[in-house]
Amino acid sequence: MTAPEDEAAAARRRDRRLAMARAFADNVPHNHALGIVIEAMGDATARFRLPYAAKLVGNPETGVLHGGAITALLDACAGAAVFAALPQLQPIATLDLRIDYLRPAEPGRDVWAEATCHHTSKNVAFVRALAFHADGEAPIATAAGTFMIATKLGTVAPRGGGA
Amino acid sequence: MLGHILAARAAGEPDRLLAAIPYAQFLGLSASLDSGELLTTMRYAPHLIGNPALPALHGGTLGALLESAAVFSLLWAAETAVLPKTITITVDYLRSAGPKDTHARGIVTRLGRRVAAVRVEAWQDDRSQLCATATAHFLIKREG
Repeated sequence: MTAPEDEAAAARRRDRRLAMARAFADNVPHNHALGIVIEAMGDATARFRLPYAAKLVGNPETGVLHGGAITALLDACAGAAVFAALPQLQPIATLDLRIDYLRPAEPGRDVWAEATCHHTSKNVAFVRALAFHADGEAPIATAAGTFMIATKLGTVAPRGGGA
Repeated sequence: MLGHILAARAAGEPDRLLAAIPYAQFLGLSASLDSGELLTTMRYAPHLIGNPALPALHGGTLGALLESAAVFSLLWAAETAVLPKTITITVDYLRSAGPKDTHARGIVTRLGRRVAAVRVEAWQDDRSQLCATATAHFLIKREG
């Protein structure tokens, strides 16, 4: 049994951590360029929305979004799920990402992505993600990715004077 | 769209493939022929950044470049009757890509009647220092 104060403190720590993870994900220039909206972040989950936009179209005759825009959405959402899973914020980098395109996105409709980080080890995080038009509808794409944790900036200790 | 492709191929001007694709313009893609080989280039722009601290390009932009380059090399190499549809793409990120132009080339490794497989490589300054690779499968329809 944990005391209520401990639970309250843990909840505050969690909220602070998720707020930082959200700020980190929100600070990505390309996410802004795509128009991505961060809808929710959980303990190891993220939910993003990509509003339909003419500039993201891959086939002008059909108005269907380019697969690359879905790739970028899934990559960004998967990365945010890793941030949300880490006990403290560290830089990450995508190691690999596999995307299966199940069906084309429908023209004119926003696309949502949901990602869950299923495991983090010392070096690697494992994520699965889905892209879909609406809750309960068949997915547009599924993704599986791995991310390296603590890349460059995170592993370089600050060097001061002295020994 | 197909008319565009045929015209670009007939004229030997691969850049015409991209002119009609809004997303290719958004990413800043261009295509050129380098001793007979089709190169796709993503011109650096600040909106492509994913990690402002390093800075490094967004993984999604590299994935999109690789997927586009695969499609273009397929359109250039094969007599497809329809636009290739991506079935699956797997991207390996080998090193972080800096705020510079990125080049990619696709190699069609198998061309079947229904499915094509393409391997793609991307690099920045030095072609021997790849920043990302991908393998992709496409649904195609070939005449004959």
